[in-house]
Amino acid sequence: MKRVMVFMAVLVMCLASFTACGSKGETVSTDGSTSMEKVIGALGEQFQTDNKGMTFTYNPTGSGSGITAVSEGRCDIGLSSRSLKSDEKAKGLTETVLCYDGIAVIVNPKNTVGDLTVDQISKIYTGEITNWSEVGGSDLEIVLIGREAGSGTRDGFESVTGTADKCKYRQELTSTGDVITTVGSNENAIGYASLASVNDSVKMLSVGGVSPSEQTILNGSYAIQRPFVLVTKSDKKLSDTAQKFYDYVLSDDAKEVIRSAGVVPLN
Amino acid sequence: MKSKNFERIVHGIFLILGLVTVGCVLLITVYLIISGIPAIKQIGLTNFLFGKVWESTSSNPQYGILPFIMTSIYGTAGAILIGVPVGFMTSVYLAKVAPKKVKAVVESAVKLLAGIPSVVYGLVGMLVLVPAIKNIFNLPDGSSLFAAIFVLAIMILPSIISVSMTALEAVPKEYEDASLALGATPIETYFKVSVRAAKSGIAAAVVLGVGRAIGEAMAVMMVAGNVANMPKLFGSVRFLTTAVASEMSYSSGLQKQALFSIALVLFLFIMLINATLNFFLKREKER
Amino acid sequence: MDNATNVTMVKQSISTKVNTTKNSRKIYISLMKFFMALCVVITCAVTLFIIGYVFVKGLPNISWELLSTSPSYLSGKIGILPDIANTLYLLIATILIVLPLGVGAAVYLTEYAQNKKLVGIIEYAAETLSGIPSIIYGLVGMLIFSKSLGTSLMAGALTLVIMNLPTIMRTTQESLKTVPNGYREGAFGLGAGKWRVIRTVVLPNCIDGVITGCILSVGRILGESAALLFTAGFAHTLNGFFSGLSSSGSSLTVALYVYAKEQGEFEVAFAIATILMILTMLINLSATLVGKYFERKRSI
Repeated sequence: MKRVMVFMAVLVMCLASFTACGSKGETVSTDGSTSMEKVIGALGEQFQTDNKGMTFTYNPTGSGSGITAVSEGRCDIGLSSRSLKSDEKAKGLTETVLCYDGIAVIVNPKNTVGDLTVDQISKIYTGEITNWSEVGGSDLEIVLIGREAGSGTRDGFESVTGTADKCKYRQELTSTGDVITTVGSNENAIGYASLASVNDSVKMLSVGGVSPSEQTILNGSYAIQRPFVLVTKSDKKLSDTAQKFYDYVLSDDAKEVIRSAGVVPLN
Repeated sequence: MKSKNFERIVHGIFLILGLVTVGCVLLITVYLIISGIPAIKQIGLTNFLFGKVWESTSSNPQYGILPFIMTSIYGTAGAILIGVPVGFMTSVYLAKVAPKKVKAVVESAVKLLAGIPSVVYGLVGMLVLVPAIKNIFNLPDGSSLFAAIFVLAIMILPSIISVSMTALEAVPKEYEDASLALGATPIETYFKVSVRAAKSGIAAAVVLGVGRAIGEAMAVMMVAGNVANMPKLFGSVRFLTTAVASEMSYSSGLQKQALFSIALVLFLFIMLINATLNFFLKREKER
Repeated sequence: MDNATNVTMVKQSISTKVNTTKNSRKIYISLMKFFMALCVVITCAVTLFIIGYVFVKGLPNISWELLSTSPSYLSGKIGILPDIANTLYLLIATILIVLPLGVGAAVYLTEYAQNKKLVGIIEYAAETLSGIPSIIYGLVGMLIFSKSLGTSLMAGALTLVIMNLPTIMRTTQESLKTVPNGYREGAFGLGAGKWRVIRTVVLPNCIDGVITGCILSVGRILGESAALLFTAGFAHTLNGFFSGLSSSGSSLTVALYVYAKEQGEFEVAFAIATILMILTMLINLSATLVGKYFERKRSI
C-alpha cells in the first residue's frame, strides 16, 4: 500500500513539474537545422557564459521542423540551413542571414583528382561521367554519395550545380558523418558535406580552381555555398532574452565564435 | 456494505489497468490509420503501392513504394535464409548436445548479442562488413542489400535461438527415450523426433525472426545505401523502415504524410506477422 | 501430442532406419554433427568478433573526463555526463509509470478476469505491442506525445512505457501463476476481502516476476534508439530531473547514434558502445542472479 502511495505521489509530482515548466523565464529557445549544431551551440554557450542566469536551448530537429516550430510559436528563433521558400515568407516569417557555409566536394585521399569544375561535378552527379579517368583520374567507376531528400546540404548542392531531381546517387546517407566516413573508406567515392565538418579522412576538391576558404566563400568565388538563416515571426516581437541573443549573434563580438565553428560570418 | 463498494472500485481499477494494453493497441492503430490515409487518398492506392518511382522532393513528386516493399520482403527472406539454419542448428546443439558449462557460456553470449543496441550493429557493419564486401566481390561500393541481409541475419539470431531452444527443451523426455531404445542414435533422435515434436515452436521462432527483420531500421540504414531502387543483391536499396526513418526529420506536407502511409503499410505487415506468430504459439501451448 | 502420434513418430524413425543402409546413416549423423558444430562456431565467432571489436575500439577512449563533463562547443570537448543523466531520468520515469500499469494488468488477468474472451483480447493486445517495431513506436510517440508535451524526455518515456508494458505484464503474470492457490484460499478462509488478499498475499509473492520484468525493461530502454530519436530529441544539456523530463535530451544510445552519424566522432561512439555493452552484461548477470535467488528461496 505504501509503495502504491509513493508511486502516486511521484506521478503527481511529475505532472506538476510539467505545468511549472510552461512558464518561460529568462530563456531563449531555438529549434531547427542539424547542420547548424556546431555554430549555434558555440554561440549559445558563449551567450550563457556572458549572461549569467539566462538559459539557451537548442533542439536539433532539421530545417523544416524548425521553421514550423517558430511559425507555431513553439520556439523563439528558428534555424534553417536554406533560404526561406516564398510560401514560408508569405506565412509571415522573416529570415536573417547569420553566416555562410561552404559545401565541400570531397573524395577519398587516395584519389588523384584535385580539381573539378561545376560543370564536371554536375555531369558526374547526373550520370554523364561515370569513370574517374574521364576527369583525369585513374580508371575507376565513380560512386556517387549524397544526402537524403529534404536535407539542406543536398538542397544547396543540387541548386548550385543545377542537378535537382537528376542525381543518380549510389548511396543516400542521412548525415554528414555518414557521408564523410563512407567517402573516407571508398576510393571510388565522391560526396559533399558541410565545410565545417570535413576532417582529415577525406580530401577536399577545389571547384573551378578555387578551394573553399573564408575569403572565397565571402566573395562568392567558391560557388557551392549556402546561407545559415535565423527565422523569426514578422508580426511578433521577440522576448527580451531572445532579442538579446539575436542582437548578440549578429554583433561583431560573435564573429570570432562563428569563425571558430568553421563557418563564415557576414562582413 | 461499504467494504463491498470498496471491492467493486478496486475491481474496476484493475479492469482499467488490464484494458490499458488494449487501449494502447487501438490508439496506435487509429493514429496510424488517421495519419496514413490522407496521402494514400491523394496519391491513389495503386500508384502508391505499385508505383516504382519514389521522388518525394522533386518538382514533380512521385510516391511509389513498390521498391521499399520488395526490398523489405527480399531482405527479410534473405536474413531468414541465412539466420534460420544457423540459429536452428545452434539451438539443437545447445538444447540437446552441449555440456552444461558450454551451454551456459554460449547462452550468455547469445543473450549479450540480443542486448547490443542496433546502432552498434550498424556501426560495425558500416566499418567492417561494407568495405569487406566491396573488396571480396570487387564492387565499386559495398553498401547493398547483401550487406543488410547479413546484418539482419545476425540480429535475428538471438530470438531464433532462444525461442526454438525453449521449444526443444519442452519436448517430453519419453519421446526421446523411446526412439533411443529402438536403436536410433542420439543425433538421429534429436533431428527426427525432438525437432518434429517441437515444430510449431520452431515455426514461431522463424516468424518472430521475420518480424524482427522487417521492423529493424537503424542498423539497416547504415549499411544498405538507401537509394529507392528496385532490389538488386549488390545494389543500393531502401527498406520500408529506412524510408520512414531517413526522410522523417526534414519532411513536410504531402511527403510527410506519405511517410506515415509507409508506416501504415509496415504496420499492416507486422500485424499479419503477429497473427501468424500467435497461431503457432497457440498450437505450441495446446500441445 | 497424444500417444498415437508418439507411436507413429517412433515408427517413422524406425522405418527410415530400416530403409537406409548403415553407411548413409553414418553419413547423415556426421553431416548433422558437422553442420551443428559449424553453426555453433559461426554464432560464437560473430558474437566474439562484435564484442571484441567494440571493446578494442572503445575501451581506450573511456576516461573519467568523458564520463564526468558536459560537451562544450567552444572548446570542442565531448563529455557524456548529460547523456548518462538523461538515460537515468528516462529509466526512472518509464519504470515508475509502467510498473503500476503492467502489474495491475497482470493482477487483473490472473486474479479477477473471468471472461475468457476478454483475457484472450488483452493477451493478444500485449503480444501485438511486443511485436511492433520501435520505429513505429517512434512515429506514434511523435504524433501523440511530442505534439502535446513537446519533444522531451517525458514524451520519450511515455513511448517507452507502451513498449515495455507487455514485458512487465508477462513476467508478473508468470510469477503470479506460481503463487499457490492454497495461500489465497487460506486468506479468504480467514475472512479477508479480495483486495486484502491481493495486497498481503498475492503481490508480495510476485516480487521476483516484477524485478525480472524491470531488469528486462531496463535492458530494452538502454538499447533503444529509433523510438527515442523522434520523441525525445537529442540535445546534450545537463538538467535536473524535472526540468530534464520536460526538455529535449538524448539517452546514451541516441548519443552514440548522433556522435557516430552527425559528427563522425567514432572514438566517443565506440566508448559509449563499450559502456552500453558492459551495462548489458551486468543486466543479464543480475537477471540470472535474481532468478537463482528466488528459485532457492522458493525451494526452501
